[in-house]
Amino acid sequence: MRCLVIVPAYNEEASVGAVVDHVRSARVPDTDILVVDDGSSDATTAKASAAGAIVVTLPFNLGVGGAMRAGYKFARDGGYDAAIQVDADGQHDASDLPSLLAALEGVDIVIGARFAGRGDYGVRGPRRWAMKLLARSLSKTCATPLTDVTSGHRAVNRRAIALFAAHYPSEYLGDTVESLVMAARAGLRVTQVPVAMHPRLTGTPSQTPLRAALYFGRALMILVLARIRRMPTLEES
Amino acid sequence: MTGTHIFSIVVAIGSVVSMLELLRRRQLKEKYAVLWLGVGIGMLVLGAFPVLLNKVADAVGVKDPPNLLLFAAALLLLLVCVHLSWEASRLEEKTRTLAEEVALLRQKIDNP
Repeated sequence: MRCLVIVPAYNEEASVGAVVDHVRSARVPDTDILVVDDGSSDATTAKASAAGAIVVTLPFNLGVGGAMRAGYKFARDGGYDAAIQVDADGQHDASDLPSLLAALEGVDIVIGARFAGRGDYGVRGPRRWAMKLLARSLSKTCATPLTDVTSGHRAVNRRAIALFAAHYPSEYLGDTVESLVMAARAGLRVTQVPVAMHPRLTGTPSQTPLRAALYFGRALMILVLARIRRMPTLEES
Repeated sequence: MTGTHIFSIVVAIGSVVSMLELLRRRQLKEKYAVLWLGVGIGMLVLGAFPVLLNKVADAVGVKDPPNLLLFAAALLLLLVCVHLSWEASRLEEKTRTLAEEVALLRQKIDNP
């Protein structure tokens, strides 16, 4: 099985090299590493190339969703059997890759979930409530218990690659939440496995009450929109 | 002829002329120009013959003719704004697709 690790990176020159090395050291067989430089103004592309990754450089910033769709297009055109998203800030642990891939047996999308027992990733307040609400609602949509739907650490198979290469949402939270609703409504099967999550190598997570409240509002908006929006089918991709 | 009468005719002529000039310089797509030309000509007609407004208001049952004008203008502007948002969303999606294609092609060219 040929596998593509997709690393969306926006101004991550400080950590992207280490992340690429880390993924390679996990020694997953038959795996290529693709860094999608999302219009960075720093040396992200150079650092990723130096670390030996395949690099696709977007001409300007599109957001995680845009970077990931470009990645999925690369995976589709290259005929990969599976694609896994790994964030460039070092939060995701490459040693979880084999368990994510193994879980792809029989399902189309595997989410690496942060709250499923492993790792020590704590979130509080409105942000946590929003995540719980999203998790409950999406568990219903996907007809399977999901605890961490905003996790970007995911493995997907050919069917999901084809869908996402054509239709991956670009708006905020669209890349995680809306994409799951889209997949479920297109008839793809979703499951989750527990993964460890590290603190970021660089940068600080944004956590103020106002931001958390805003996040809650946007989460609600995305949930409602994702339900009433017309969604693509697998045949359309 | 009152001052306001002359003023509204001048404004209407000004907007029609500026639309035509934008069209002539190829600064405006025809589909948008047609709309604004129509609005400009409507303004010109109403400016020249204000009594028309009264007749239309009477016909549709609006007591105060200026209210009809304001309502129609607000509705038109709202529709135009929604249309422009829609166009902007489509353009953004197209730009996004182009950006992805360019990035993927450049990767292919750099690594034959």
